[in-house]
Parts: sequence; structure tokens; C-alpha cells
Amino acid sequence: MTEPLIKIQGLYKLFGENPKQVMPRVKAGESKDKILAETGHTLGLKDINLEIQQGEIYVIMGLSGSGKSTLIRHFNRLIDPTEGVISIEGTDVMKLSSKELQDFRRHKMSMVFQRFGLMPHRSVIENVAYGLTVQGVPKEQRLAKAQEWLDTVGLNGYEQQYPSQLSGGQQQRVGLARALSTDAEILLMDEAFSALDPLIRSEMQDQLIELQETLHKTIIFITHDLDEALRIGDKIAILKDGEVVQQGTPDDILLNPATDYVEAFVKDVNRARALTVETVMRPPARRITADTIGEALQQMKKIKGDYAYHVTEDGYQGIVTQDSLEQASKANADEQFETCEYQDVPTISPDAAIESVITDSLASDFSLPVVDDDGNLKGELTRKSVAEVFAEPEESEVDADSNKEALVSK
Amino acid sequence: MADSSWLERFPQMSRADLTVIRKSLDGAYRNFSREYGEAIESFFEPLLQFLVWFEKLLITTPWWLVLIVCAGLVYAASRSWKLVIGSVVSLLLVGYFGMWEDMMRTMSIITVCTMLAIALGIPIGIVMARSNRTQAIITPMLDVMQTLPAFVYLIPVVMLLGIGKIPGVIAVVIYGIPPVIRLTNLGIRLVDKEVLEAATAYGASTTQRLFGVQIPLAMPTIMAGINQTIMMALSMVVIASMIGVKGLGQPVLKSITNQYFTLGLLNGLAIVALAIIFDRVSQAYAKRTQAHLQGFKHD
Ligand SMILES: Nc1ncnc2c1ncn2[C@@H]1O[C@H](COP(=O)(O)OP(=O)(O)OP(=O)(O)O)[C@@H](O)[C@H]1O
Ligand SMILES: [Mg+2]
Repeated sequence: MTEPLIKIQGLYKLFGENPKQVMPRVKAGESKDKILAETGHTLGLKDINLEIQQGEIYVIMGLSGSGKSTLIRHFNRLIDPTEGVISIEGTDVMKLSSKELQDFRRHKMSMVFQRFGLMPHRSVIENVAYGLTVQGVPKEQRLAKAQEWLDTVGLNGYEQQYPSQLSGGQQQRVGLARALSTDAEILLMDEAFSALDPLIRSEMQDQLIELQETLHKTIIFITHDLDEALRIGDKIAILKDGEVVQQGTPDDILLNPATDYVEAFVKDVNRARALTVETVMRPPARRITADTIGEALQQMKKIKGDYAYHVTEDGYQGIVTQDSLEQASKANADEQFETCEYQDVPTISPDAAIESVITDSLASDFSLPVVDDDGNLKGELTRKSVAEVFAEPEESEVDADSNKEALVSK
Repeated sequence: MADSSWLERFPQMSRADLTVIRKSLDGAYRNFSREYGEAIESFFEPLLQFLVWFEKLLITTPWWLVLIVCAGLVYAASRSWKLVIGSVVSLLLVGYFGMWEDMMRTMSIITVCTMLAIALGIPIGIVMARSNRTQAIITPMLDVMQTLPAFVYLIPVVMLLGIGKIPGVIAVVIYGIPPVIRLTNLGIRLVDKEVLEAATAYGASTTQRLFGVQIPLAMPTIMAGINQTIMMALSMVVIASMIGVKGLGQPVLKSITNQYFTLGLLNGLAIVALAIIFDRVSQAYAKRTQAHLQGFKHD
């Protein structure tokens, strides 16, 4: 594995008058509520360890008050930690002088804010160019650049408007364009889409994913919405009361929730939309590789069941049933396969969401063949595994429910 | 019982002690003013020169030229012909009733006092917004400045500098400066935290944050402070005339002692006219420069 771009080790944050004095209590494992009641200090973050690879979208999620904003503000040191190491590209951010920190913020990172954080007294184009203005880039150059990004996010024609004249979605596009215009390689997004209505929100998510395909930035994305996290994240870390309770790929989290807390989150997710075929398909057991019908029939008899996938050097060909093979072999067992022998069954891609193959799966009498872009048979999707996706994750129901109630009442 | 007499009469300090305190304080201050009076006076000398020069300028310039310049300034600030005409008519009326020269004197001192109050008040307000501790120190001082009767702080000023323009200016500035300071401080503190955070996140330096974000966003509040300061300065005109500041205030003072009703009324109305002009023009200016808040476009 390559060296991570961002590495956070043993990060603690205590809000209050005298954090250093209260630290021993935190280390001793006292709870957030107890520390607040007895010392008046709020435990913001506790022993955070993260590694973020170059070019990935790293999602940090958790409920309100779990410390997401606090954590993301440590990356560019809008908040200083009480203890811990934050290193980016091998540089310890805590050791930067204020001048170096300024430079670092100008060139290495940019940020998109939950409530947009646009400057109401500057026009849209001046807002987009703000990062460059701060850097001292000459006016013509920075306006040209800003114009480019404004066009990219689809706000051509709004240059001279003021932020207050735009809708929420448009304002956040301005925020995104501002963040992109400095060409910083790390993008921090604090609940960037949370203030938008669902439709605009998924539009913005699509736009972000699309942009990321060409830009390959390292994005740290905060959200309290697991659907959003699963949709855009390459990796997800789940925060609770300032602690990371689980981190991993979206599928990891969906399929193996580490604690009841994560479980409660996962329960509400539309798993059929979040999971891909690849994660639930079975390895293709029934495959035949014969050239002639006679051979095929022999292979077929060894297989459990009465149909099989026919695979050649060129990849997947189609489904054949034992019945049709028997019929054909009566005529001529040495004959080559013909397309007419195949059953009419659609193939599905391993990257497709379960949701998109439900109808096909139910309509077909066979398990659907999973075939990748190169035509290779990767597996089969049984109707049973589709059904399992919709089943409740096995776990004592009562536990999960009471846990969720506790979350809601917080 | 003889011992409980303090229950009937307030147990006060003995007369002798009080006299000692008074004498020693007065003496100390007199010594101080004898020692440093001249130095302080020479410190204010340039300001005095400027005041005299400015007043002379306003008085010796032909009235129509002053009127034209005023009209031009009003237009530049407000871009409103209605305001220009209103101001010119009221200035003409004041002049017609024989108060032109006094009005020029008042205008000059008010202008200088407001400038001084702004030049001192805004930086103090900025410093105050920087830390809670400075705010905690400055706020009670401002409270005292606004509530202490003007005569009380006029005494030491007059003792130090005698009667004249400078003590007048000091008195007016002390009385008028609190609103600019308070509202600059408030305006900066009310700047949206996330906007300021955004500036920091993009690597803005302290100066870039101050002039690029905090002051522009605090401007409507600061302008309200400036407006109040002008009004308070104008309301001090009569009191300042008691320590020798010439202008519209002196005839009012004369009218009080001699019971000249009409004279007092006319001069009083002239002060009101000035106040209204200053107020409307500064407000129109503030509103015009904050176009983005109304969602209008700049031109
Ligand atoms: N400046 C501060 N002083 C004291 N406590 C703070 C401060 N900032 C945050 N906290 C506390 O830290 C905890 C985490 O806050 P944070 O804002 O990071 O939550 P969040 O996960 O971003 O929530 P949300 O989804 O509502 O934005 C909260 O308990 C909050 O009270
Ligand atoms: Mg937050």
C-alpha cells in the first residue's frame, strides 16, 4: 500500500478553559457526559486515527454533535488539537509557523462550507476568485480562472449577481467553484450538501462524482446521511461522541456493521440501492466449457441443477438447459453449439446496483449471469441473494431498536 | 444611647478629612496642570491651527461657493436631488435669518469633531472586537463617558487648557465618540462566523480578513454609529459654547440668560436643520454603499 496523503494519529480535542488538566480523565476512559458535568469541558474528539489515500473520497459521518465539524476543522487547523499528530504529505501541520500555515491553506487545501460561507458583499465571480485574490494573483488572471470554474459548475451568466440573489443550490455551486479555483489538491467539504433539498442534493452529488473523475482530488466529505456517504464515498469513517466506531469501504459497513450504533444507521439505508451486484453474487459453479453438444451434456450431468452457463475462450456465451441439450443431442451429438440453444436471459454487470436488476432477476427462471465489461463470467446472482438484501440484518431486533431510540432522543 | 446616633444620622466622614482629600486632590491636579499644561497645549497646537484655518476658510469663502460645494457633497454622498434641494433651501433660510457665519462656525467644529471621533473610534472599536478582555475594560469607560454630565469632565479640561476651541473639541469628542466605538465593535463581532472562517481557510492574513471581510461586513453597523456620533456632537453645541466655542450655541446661551425667545428658537432650529442634513445625507450614503444587502445591483 502506498504512503497515505493524510495521516492523523492519536488526535484529541477538549473544549474548555484548561484542556491539558482534564486530559488524564479522558485517557482514563471517563465518558463525555461525566467529563462535561464534572469539569465543564466538552470532549470534542477522542483518539482519532485516520489514513487517507491520495485521490479517494473519504467520508466522515455521524449524527449531529458527534464531532464531524470539529474533526474536519483540524485538517486545515481552523481548530487546534489538544493532542495528536496531523501530517499531510509527511509534513506535520502542527509544526508550521503561522506564515507557513497561511501558505499551506492557500495552496494545499480548500474548503466548502455547510452554510456556504460566501461573502455577501462580493459578487459571485469575486467570490469564486477569492482564494486567488488572497494569494495575490493579478486581477485579470484570477477573473479568467474564476470564469472557467463558474462555467464548469453551470453558473454562466451569474457573474455579477450577489450571493443573496441566488438559490441555495446555486450558492453552493459558487462555494464549490471557489474551492476548485485554487487548484488545491485536497478538498474539505463540511456537510456541503446538507442544506439543499433532496433533488438538488443528488444533482450536486452527481456533479461532484463527475468532476472527481477528471480531477482526482483527495476529498474529505462530511455528512450525516448514510445514503449520501455510500453514494460518493470510497471509504467511510463513522463517528460517535467524538470517537471513530468503524471505518472501511461502503460495502464493509453495510455488510458488517461493527456496533449497534452503526447497525442502527445501516438499517435505514436502502440497501438495494447502496449494494452492488458484485457484493452479493455467488461464484459461478455451473459452467460448461464444451465445444460440442455431446460433451456439454456430459458436463451438464455432473452439475447440480438443470441448466448451466456456457463459457468459451471468448468469454460468456449463454445459458443452456439440460432439456434443450438432450433434445439437440438426439439429432446430432457431435454438432457445435448454436445460438438457438441458448436461453433468452439478460446479463448483468457486477457494478450495477441491486435495485436496478430486481425486475430482471424476478422475471427470469434462472440465476442471472454476472458478466463484466470484457465479457468474462464473474458470478451468478441468485434470487435468494437478492431477497437477502431486503431482509433485516440478523441481530436481536429489540437491541437495535432500543439503541436507535437512544440515538434519536439525544 | 449616644453610641447609636449613627442610626439616626448617616455616619459620614468628618468634615476635616473631606477637606484634606479635596485639598490634596485639587492641589495635585493644579500642580499637574502647571507642570504639564504647556506641553499638553503645544500637543494640541496643530489641531488648534487646523480648526482656526478651517473655520476661517468656511467664513471667508463666498456664501454661494460654500453652498455649491455643500450641494456637490450632498449629491456625491446620496445621489438624490431631493436631498440636495432640501439641504440648499434650509441652508439658504438659515443664512437669510442672519445666522450664516455662526452656522459656518458650528459646521466647522462639528466636521472636525466627527472626523476625530471616527479616526479614533473605529480603531478603538476594532481593538475592542479583537479580545473579550479589552472589551471588558473599555465598555465601562464608555458608559462613564456617556453618563457623566459634560460639566464634570469640562472642569479638569478647562483647568488644563483654559477656555477656547480645544477644550470644546475635547468635550464634544468625549461625549460623541462612544457610539462609533460601540457599534464598530458590535459590527465586527456580528460578522458571520462561517464567512470569516472561509476567509481563514483560504489563507487570508489578519489584515486581509480585517479589510476584506470584517470591516466591509460591519459597515452598516459602523455607519449607524457614525450617524449617532454626529447627532450627539450636534447636541453638544450649546454646552460647548459655555466654554468659549463660537457658533450657533452662543446665541442660544445668550437667549437663556436674557430670555430672548425668538433668538433662541431661530438658532435652535438652525441646529436642528444642520442635524437633519447630516443625518439624512450620511444615512443615504450608507444605504447606497450597501446595495448588495437589498439585493440591488451596484452600478
Ligand atoms: N467552540 C466550541 N466550544 C465548546 N464546545 C464545542 C465547540 N465546538 C464544538 N463543540 C462541541 O463539540 C461537539 C461536536 O461538535 P461538532 O460541531 O463537531 O458536531 P458535528 O458533528 O459537526 O454536528 P452537526 O452535524 O450538528 O454539525 C459538540 O458536543 C459541541 O458542543
Ligand atoms: Mg457540523
